[in-house]
Amino acid sequence: MSNSATPVLEARNITKLFPGVVANEDIHLTLQKGEILALLGENGAGKSTLMHIIFGLYRPTRGEIWVNGAPVVMKNPRTALQLGIGMVHQHFQLVPVMSVTDNVMLGDERVKGGFLDRDAVAARIRELSQKYGLEVDPDALIEDLPLGVRQRVEILKALYRNAQILILDEPTAVLTPQEAEGLFAVMETLRRQGESIIFITHKLKEVLRIADRIMVLRGGRVVGHADPQTTTQQQLAAMMVGREVLLTVDKGPADPGEPVLELDGLRVASDLGTPALRGVSLQVRAGEILGVAGVQGNGQTELVEAITGLRRVEGGRVVMNGTDMTNASPRRITHEGRSSHVPEDRHAYGMVDVYSIADNLVLNQYYRAPFASGITIQTEPIAEHARALVDTFDVRTPDIAMHAGGLSGGNQQKMVVAREFSRPIRLLIAAQPTRGIDVGSIEFIHQQIVAKRDEGVAVLLVSAELDEIMALSDRIAVIYKGEIIGIVNRADATREGLGLLMAGVRPGSHE
Amino acid sequence: MMQRTLRITSYVAILLVLLFVLMTLLVNLTPLGENRWLRIFFSVSALNFTLRASVPLILGALCGILCERTGIVNIGIEGMMLAGAFAAFVAKTSTNDWPLTASLIFGVLVALLVGGLMGLLHATFAIRYRMDQIISGTVLIILAGGISAYLFDRDAVAQGKFGAIAIPGLSQIPVLGEVLFTNPPLTYLALLLVVVIHVGLFSTRWGLRSRACGEHPRAADTVGINVNRLRYMNTVLGGMLAGLAGGFLVLEAVGQFQEGMTAGRGFIALAAMIFGNWMPFGAMSAALLFGYTQALQNELLLAGVTSVPRQFVSMIPYLVTIIAVCGFVGRVRPPAAEGQVYEQESGSE
Ligand SMILES: Nc1ncnc2c1ncn2[C@@H]1O[C@H](COP(=O)(O)OP(=O)(O)O)[C@@H](O)[C@H]1O
Ligand SMILES: [Mg+2]
Repeated sequence: MSNSATPVLEARNITKLFPGVVANEDIHLTLQKGEILALLGENGAGKSTLMHIIFGLYRPTRGEIWVNGAPVVMKNPRTALQLGIGMVHQHFQLVPVMSVTDNVMLGDERVKGGFLDRDAVAARIRELSQKYGLEVDPDALIEDLPLGVRQRVEILKALYRNAQILILDEPTAVLTPQEAEGLFAVMETLRRQGESIIFITHKLKEVLRIADRIMVLRGGRVVGHADPQTTTQQQLAAMMVGREVLLTVDKGPADPGEPVLELDGLRVASDLGTPALRGVSLQVRAGEILGVAGVQGNGQTELVEAITGLRRVEGGRVVMNGTDMTNASPRRITHEGRSSHVPEDRHAYGMVDVYSIADNLVLNQYYRAPFASGITIQTEPIAEHARALVDTFDVRTPDIAMHAGGLSGGNQQKMVVAREFSRPIRLLIAAQPTRGIDVGSIEFIHQQIVAKRDEGVAVLLVSAELDEIMALSDRIAVIYKGEIIGIVNRADATREGLGLLMAGVRPGSHE
Repeated sequence: MMQRTLRITSYVAILLVLLFVLMTLLVNLTPLGENRWLRIFFSVSALNFTLRASVPLILGALCGILCERTGIVNIGIEGMMLAGAFAAFVAKTSTNDWPLTASLIFGVLVALLVGGLMGLLHATFAIRYRMDQIISGTVLIILAGGISAYLFDRDAVAQGKFGAIAIPGLSQIPVLGEVLFTNPPLTYLALLLVVVIHVGLFSTRWGLRSRACGEHPRAADTVGINVNRLRYMNTVLGGMLAGLAGGFLVLEAVGQFQEGMTAGRGFIALAAMIFGNWMPFGAMSAALLFGYTQALQNELLLAGVTSVPRQFVSMIPYLVTIIAVCGFVGRVRPPAAEGQVYEQESGSE
């Protein structure tokens, strides 16, 4: 790839302003034919925004897009599609109640005599599946397919439109390590066929594995380029975060005590009424971190909701500190169970965006002395409490009276953690505790979780990030289709072994 | 699972219909017809009444399907229907001196136009001004009721209405010919539209795109579909169908206009749409069921059945509607994105 060749895609001086946020600032990006460009950056770095501009979903505030050496105006996705740009979105853009065929042809339908020619499209899908190793049944409904297969449908959608440039936005977030390898194989095939790919991720290992060239974004700006042959993970991490980072969490060996949380044959239904947990049994002991690993959507959300009293338990028992807490109210679970909950969706369950930081910090005990007296709220103790917590937990804010929604994601999460960690507890349920926040905040929250463990708290950690599970856990349980398919000690766990379990392959079975 | 329940439901429905047809033939062709109760349930006049009562419900439900399948909630069908009825009446009375057919067709066209305008109004409220769609629908109902009552000239009389057209050959079939193939034109049109809209929704480009907009508008946007344009278009088309339902009431069923003459049919149509799971044939079946209960009410009163007070007999259609909708609401699945405003940053122009 000589630098003199005309790039297939060029973004020049792209700036994008959202109200109060500079999402992209003067970004320059070039993509050559037949190369895989990795775009690396933390959550919120502006990667998706840049791709949405290239794909015509957002209008840039300033800047130009060039395709094959000519400037173009991306009016909407239709323009991008016509120019041979295809995108697999971070959140899949598929209609769940429709078939694979209908989804693939949507917007670019084959028509015979005025009617949809579904057979021709299905045949084309089979042909593409074969050619690129993207196995999928054209007649299946999207809602019946696992996330990994839905991703194949998204890629097929782009290939069906003869995309020459393929944008993959965080495609590995929903995959097991083995599925990610499968995706990389597909990407290599595509590259051989002359396809150009922009691959977005925040995972360093993947970048070094597959990319021809790396571009790093931070805070909406390009902070550097790197060659995967000569860079290390440490260097990339430093570029991504802006300072040296610890890639591991400092923690001593666990000293587990008596069981604090015991689940016995827990059965729970999903929102759709289908079984979400099919008899989950596990124990978390004082002073240990039990990590629950698994591909998103295998029952993790329901597990946490069942334990914290947010979802009805249909069978089995939840026992905390020896007391039966099955279907107890959340308040009883919080107080009698002496538990805390860092919920996976902080906006829906963890905080009230329009309340002040001070009020958010007492949501779990505002009705008790000293924060309440009779039916009135005591503002002074609440403010004092807030000032202390903001200080200890490094929540960066000009004012505790500011509405919490105005904080950055990392500081919002630190606020939630501050509230949940500020009571004497014996059990901590942390669901996706560092999803979507900056590395600095991740490090801080990880240290806090380990500190709780060392105080003798039992910690149940649920995370979709295998690296986080590996870094923090003392034991690791893998959940698959609502069952705990295996529990391993951290010392015996490997990424490959966990990956197999996450894909539903039981140890000892040969399939 | 859902699919299976649906399939079983439709098998049961088909079985019941077959049984019903068999009974009808027996009652009308054999001495079984001498039984008074059987006559109430299965006479040709009951079936004719059923169809007549169902047509506005079918058209109204189709209106709802077009709007909601693209993502626009429409509880204003009642208002659109009333506006169509009033417009048809005004058009008819002002062209009384034209040849009857021309005048009637003119009435239909004006009903379509006014219904379409009501649809446009609803879409503009909902899309352009992001008004809550329930409120916008309510506005349409109040607007149509108010304006039609205010402008209604109580002395005006429409002369003539659509008469039955017997389809040669088919209308000779005993019983069935009388019920199905000897009807006025708008009735045929309504039944035809059920087929057309079903095929349109599930086998054409327009239908695929429309349904995508109602289920997952962003997915439609990312493949280059102009979501809001399609929503405008289908809401206008839906409005035209509701207008046609109003036109049917004035030009084919009653022959005149009365204040508030739609009498809740728009809401029953909405119930038929839900009961029919947002499917044209499902909605038609539901509409026929509701129409049949109205026919029963009518036959019971005509036959002078006194063992049940007439007020209770009059309740039947509404009771059945309520029970049907309550029983089925948990089992049907509305379009996922209905009622949600879709904001496109990319150029929609
Ligand atoms: N539609 C939007 N409106 C306002 N702010 C946005 C919007 N989309 C993204 N942002 C903000 O822009 C920044 C970059 O976001 P994004 O491009 O999604 O980052 P990444 O994909 O790298 O995680 C974030 O601060 C985010 O909150
Ligand atoms: Mg992103």
